[in-house]
Amino acid sequence: MANVDTAKLRASNRQAGRKIGGSVFIFIILTVLGLFMALPIYLTVVMSIKPVEELFVFPPKLYAVRPTLDNFSDMFRVLRQNRVPFSRYVFNSVFVTAAVTVLQCFFSSMAAFVLAKCKFPGSKLINGIIVVALLYQSSVIYIMQYIVMAKLHMIDTYMALIFPAVASPMGLFLMRQSISQVPDAMIEAAKVDGAGLFRICWQIVMPNQKPALMTLIIFAFQGAWNIQTGSVVLKEQYKTLPTVVSQAAASGLARAGVAMAAAVFLLIPPILIFMLAQRQVIETMAHSGIKE
Amino acid sequence: MAVNAKESPKGRKGELWRDIKRNKACYGMIAPFMIFFIVFTVVPVLMSLPMGFTDFDMVRPPKFVGLSNFTTLFLSDKIFIRSIRVTIVFALLTGPVSYVLCFLLAWLINEMNPKLKAIFTLIFYAPSMANVYTVWQLIFSGDMNGYANSFLINLGFITKPIQWLTDGRYVLGVTIVVQLWISLGAGFLALRAGFQNIDRSMYEAAAIEGIRTKWQELIYIVIPSMGPQLMFAAVMQIVSSFTAGTVAQNLVGFPSTDYKAHTIMTHAFDYGWQRFEMGYASAICMILFIAMFLCNKLIAKVLGKYMD
Repeated sequence: MANVDTAKLRASNRQAGRKIGGSVFIFIILTVLGLFMALPIYLTVVMSIKPVEELFVFPPKLYAVRPTLDNFSDMFRVLRQNRVPFSRYVFNSVFVTAAVTVLQCFFSSMAAFVLAKCKFPGSKLINGIIVVALLYQSSVIYIMQYIVMAKLHMIDTYMALIFPAVASPMGLFLMRQSISQVPDAMIEAAKVDGAGLFRICWQIVMPNQKPALMTLIIFAFQGAWNIQTGSVVLKEQYKTLPTVVSQAAASGLARAGVAMAAAVFLLIPPILIFMLAQRQVIETMAHSGIKE
Repeated sequence: MAVNAKESPKGRKGELWRDIKRNKACYGMIAPFMIFFIVFTVVPVLMSLPMGFTDFDMVRPPKFVGLSNFTTLFLSDKIFIRSIRVTIVFALLTGPVSYVLCFLLAWLINEMNPKLKAIFTLIFYAPSMANVYTVWQLIFSGDMNGYANSFLINLGFITKPIQWLTDGRYVLGVTIVVQLWISLGAGFLALRAGFQNIDRSMYEAAAIEGIRTKWQELIYIVIPSMGPQLMFAAVMQIVSSFTAGTVAQNLVGFPSTDYKAHTIMTHAFDYGWQRFEMGYASAICMILFIAMFLCNKLIAKVLGKYMD
């Protein structure tokens, strides 16, 4: 017995030593990998503030010698030439993004809870369809969506931008996977207490789903923010920021610097939302499964 | 009850109806999602299914041609056969690598203090938020101004710039690198969230039970409690590695040199949006969907033991 104990102790001492060395090693690997991952984005930012004459010099520099905001002001100058004021595009994008994010999170959470935790006629079928819908990619699907929207008289309205993005199978799948980990006992207990499904969902299950919900918010926001109006909206006054900004970057001023400025400009809101939501995820500390 | 149901079809129907009525709260709660899902996803998918059996140019109404699209694809479309090979190579090289990376990175990040967690998560996820093919074109630009070329020339590895984006030997490799770079996306974040949700007391209990090393912790606690997230990440990985096409199109041009980076999805894009042969394009997509579906079934079976 004593032998085993000392052996264990020695092993755990060794382990402790290795753990510190190991974590420094891991930290170094992560940092190197992180630098590689961050390099293209860093270069994007650098190039967006490089003056034209610095873009094509040899050897290419990893920083801007004389940083300038010319690329940004050029981009905005082109945008101001549009018939519709710039603020309208901002409004369109903010409105569409907010509507999609709120509706998607609200609808998916509820549906995910029911599909993860209730058995009812059709529940298996719907669960299967969700995964199939995730996997099904087709180049004709946009045409069919267009036909459906045309039949419903949604072309050239906000609805054409918002409605197709509201029910995302990915969002639902994410929430369903996460909610399936909630112990059944917790839900049964609430049922015994006489709570309805709606209340169980929002007062008992969802407060424990902060990490998944915040992740869903990130996905929903990112997807909605990048909605390009494409062919469902041709009227200028309903176009979103990504549409007009990429138009501006591509037409007239086909310069790498302006394209970079456009990319940086469009990246700011999703990154802000990402940081806010991630902070919530990280602050979550899971305690024991059933909370009183 | 089960016996009753067997007795008469009417009884079974009544049973089902009662079951439906008893669960009407469930239907009420999925209704908002399902309405949008059916109208904007299910209906368009169902409408697109028969297209693979037609000749459809988006101008004239689709004409039924039976299986001829499929026979053409497999028997006389050499580029399609080549695109299958490219897709398989591409999916095999990016899918598993990026899946393991997603998991390992999410796990390692989870061990850090909150500040570092936030920074590393942002760094690894940011590429999938950005849409910056232009910068990759500049990095792999074929002249000496490209970052990759100038770096390698300065170190003396090469003396002449490499045509990364047009040389048939490199296009697939470059595409794979960029795909890997943007692939720490949805799966990675979902796993990060999953790790955050693991009950802290499980680790304590495990320590008492005699689990000592990080690897034991990983195998006995972490993986078993991450089943649902692992499945989610797997599905996302299948989708992104099988349907990759935009990366190649934006990076090495379309069509790529010698069709070296020509995936099935690129082939579908070629026929659908360049030649407007939508029937043929949907037949291509259908084959891809079947492949993805089977792959998903396989993975679900492997991960099955972690699901309840």
